[in-house]
Amino acid sequence: MKAIVSVIGKDKKGIIAKVSTALYEMNINIEDISQTIMQDYFTMIMAVDTSECPLKFDAVVDKLNALGKETHLEIHIQLQSIFDSMHKIDTDKKGL
Amino acid sequence: MYSSNEIIETINMISQQHLDVRTITLGISLLDCITDSKQRTCDKIYDKIMSKASNLVKIGNDISSELGIPIVNKRISVTPVSLISAASKGHLEIIRTLDKIAEETGIDFLGGYSALVHKAMTPYEREFLLSIPEALSTTNKICSSINVATSKAGINMDAVALMGKIVKDCAYLTRDKDSIACAKLVVFANAVEDNPFMAGAFLGTGEDDTVVNVGVSGPGVVKTALEKCKGDLTDVAECIKQTAFKITRVGQLVAKEASKRLNASCGIVDLSLAPTPVIGDSVAHILEEIGLESVGAHGTTACLAMLNDAVKKGGIMACSNVGGLSGAFIPVSEDAGMIKATQIGALSFDKLEAMTAVCSVGLDMIAIPGDTTADVISGIIADEIAIGVVNTKTTAVRVIPVYGKKAGDKAEFGGLLGTAPIMNINAYSPSKFISRGGRIPAPLHSNKN
Repeated sequence: MKAIVSVIGKDKKGIIAKVSTALYEMNINIEDISQTIMQDYFTMIMAVDTSECPLKFDAVVDKLNALGKETHLEIHIQLQSIFDSMHKIDTDKKGL
Repeated sequence: MYSSNEIIETINMISQQHLDVRTITLGISLLDCITDSKQRTCDKIYDKIMSKASNLVKIGNDISSELGIPIVNKRISVTPVSLISAASKGHLEIIRTLDKIAEETGIDFLGGYSALVHKAMTPYEREFLLSIPEALSTTNKICSSINVATSKAGINMDAVALMGKIVKDCAYLTRDKDSIACAKLVVFANAVEDNPFMAGAFLGTGEDDTVVNVGVSGPGVVKTALEKCKGDLTDVAECIKQTAFKITRVGQLVAKEASKRLNASCGIVDLSLAPTPVIGDSVAHILEEIGLESVGAHGTTACLAMLNDAVKKGGIMACSNVGGLSGAFIPVSEDAGMIKATQIGALSFDKLEAMTAVCSVGLDMIAIPGDTTADVISGIIADEIAIGVVNTKTTAVRVIPVYGKKAGDKAEFGGLLGTAPIMNINAYSPSKFISRGGRIPAPLHSNKN
């Protein structure tokens, strides 16, 4: 399933390394990354594919939340369909 | 790929502005459960609902986790019980069965202890209505709604008179809990068959066997969007429309996915902006952001009319089927802004009645003095129902005459039901009018055929 990982927080060393390592350990493939500094806050958006991840989605959410707490960052993972719904007007797609 | 702004906008809507899906309501038809035996009817109801809804809570939680958006309530609505129990007269047994189902499935509310008596009541329906106080005072999650009027049939004033007494009985039987049974009872005009919201949800007879109806929420999102809007009222309406579109798209996504996983048909998305008592989740604060010192000020009805219209215009394009009540809710106890306006004297009962003429759904969650008579409550119901019948819209009354309390006191209901300052009402008697009984004929403009 296609999902979006978003990471928001104070900029510091090793953010990309930590998040991408966690995703690698869960066998989640990163398909695209963009990052920017908005109002002094580091913002990273990753488009990922979870189809080969052996964990259930809520377990992935929990792992990334735990990593967020540990690194003082706000880390979310959400299925891409919620962003499609809100920000794109096109024909409805099947499923999530 | 999306822009960072779009991603952040969505995340902020959820984490800071209280965007959530208020409810996934699974409607289940009980028409195939009718028998002339109380026991067999109850057994069939239990088996049917448990076979369709035992996974409802888990599925709701899964979708919530995947999309990263709270789904606050999972609810069930059923065919009006008065229709199902008429052959066996087993309504009190059915209420025990429904209560057991609500506990075992872990859902938040079950609606449909209902009757449709808009033109007249059968002798059995009268008996059913009289059982409502016992049903609501001995259960926690069961909700009841009674349709006493339609624009086509007129107003059944016998039912209106009876409902005044029933509301009083509900208040008395739960007098140790601030008369909370009244919070689970709604009196409707033009009740809709696909409403996902409580306490008024039931599944109409024109509906599918199982159907998912979804209610979204998001007053905080609209308020935040308006904070940045510096233009005139056309710009304000446009801003509300665009925001309502985004909110409703999430509802549509959740409705589609939930119906697929529950093997039910995808019913409607209800566009109502439903507030909660949490700060930052208030419809009153939207109206104040538009430019009122306090909700209740002159100008409130106009602002609310515009808000309600713009929410519909944005929402209608966002989903395939719109239904339910679809408008802004103005429940007093469930909205921090309404509570404050009542406490400072800016918002009166009469102003609320005027506001209900331009929004859904009616006089909602209003605590009134405990010594209010049954006839006065019937008068309140008759006025509100007349607004719905003449304007061909749904209106409803959910008032709570809080036993032992007077205007200025406070009633605490807890959770989504919130806190209600008890409002002053006009206590002059409409007794002669109410005791006449009969039916107020349908208005001229309803004769369209």
